[in-house]
Amino acid sequence: MKSNRSLEIGTGLFVLLGFAALIFLTTQLPGSGMTFGKADGYKVLAKFDNVGDLKPGSPVSMSGVRVGRVEAIAFDAADYRAEVTLRIESQYNRIPDDSDASIQTAGLLGGKYVGLGAGGSETFLADGGRIEFTQSAIVLESLVNKFFANFADKGGTTTTPETSTEENP
Amino acid sequence: MIESALRNIGRVAIFLLRLLRQTGVVFTEPRAVIHQIYNCGARSLVIIMLCGLFVGMVLGLQGFDLLQRFGSEDALGVAAALGLLKELGPVVTALLFAGRAGTALASEIGLMRATDQLTAMEMMAVDPLRKVIAPRFLGGIVAMPLLVAVFNVIGIFGAQLIGVQLMGVDTGAFWSQMQGAVELGDVNEGIVKSVCFGFACSLVAVYEGYHATPTAAGVGLATTRTVVISSVLTLLIDYILTAAFLGR
Repeated sequence: MKSNRSLEIGTGLFVLLGFAALIFLTTQLPGSGMTFGKADGYKVLAKFDNVGDLKPGSPVSMSGVRVGRVEAIAFDAADYRAEVTLRIESQYNRIPDDSDASIQTAGLLGGKYVGLGAGGSETFLADGGRIEFTQSAIVLESLVNKFFANFADKGGTTTTPETSTEENP
Repeated sequence: MIESALRNIGRVAIFLLRLLRQTGVVFTEPRAVIHQIYNCGARSLVIIMLCGLFVGMVLGLQGFDLLQRFGSEDALGVAAALGLLKELGPVVTALLFAGRAGTALASEIGLMRATDQLTAMEMMAVDPLRKVIAPRFLGGIVAMPLLVAVFNVIGIFGAQLIGVQLMGVDTGAFWSQMQGAVELGDVNEGIVKSVCFGFACSLVAVYEGYHATPTAAGVGLATTRTVVISSVLTLLIDYILTAAFLGR
């Protein structure tokens, strides 16, 4: 009977492990499953007109160094903007409260991330603080559209569309 | 030449039909099937996990090297997950399965044939297809998708180990991009492939064992043929299925 018992336990473990792996693959990989990475530090809110394909878990960086990550993205029906919750690591606690946040793209095929640009204020962002100056994700198609619309209207003199002047890290 | 090829195909088809008629053995003798799931699946688990880890780690290295040339290392999670789910997971697992479980099945059944155990069963009016072959066939089919799933999960964590811990890809970007790009259809493609490979590899193994020449050399030949035919068939079916899935 001993060998029978170990056989059943072995099979049971194998089947359980297999199904656990299947469930992980089907529920965690497609769509937004759990977010990986530590959740320490303080929360900062920022509102964007358009977040593009920013996702929870995307990095938040300052001068190209990751200082935190996006914790949640919600739609605020009151003013029709997206409210993004950023979690900044507690060691970076000297970010001026008039800093600006913009959504940028990493590399050619890379994902979106939130770039913070330091402001000049003497007071710093604290837990629950809000970043007022934000710039939306740059949608390339609308940029091209805007350019050609302006180009046609003004007969060749174009106004440069607002783009971030920040260096892409 | 053509005649013998046709006869081979016919024999396999008839064998398969006779085998499928005996699949009710799942309900009448579940213990025999469970035993074979243990033999094919649980005992292949260690080698599958080990290989999954290394394949994932290699994907992490190679993917990182390729993607950083475009400055897109963050897409490593997507590349590793899609590569494993759609191709490497099912194919490498099937090749390992043919080598680990397929050979064991073929030589076991071939030896039963060589020592006249199968004939003895027939003498006692016990259908060896029902008693011996069907549980092994079904056990292999059940075990394969589970092995592939384990292989994929370990592989993704292996890629994460190299990409995130060693190469410094951002954890959040690795996972969130993967979750954004992988669709349920990609996962399903892998599952469908693994079921088909399990079917093909198990069928080849039990067929070769059952029809082995009842000599020592015959059993050896059956084992060799199992590995060769299973591997070629796996890659052939893989191409057909990939073309079918992409052609949607």
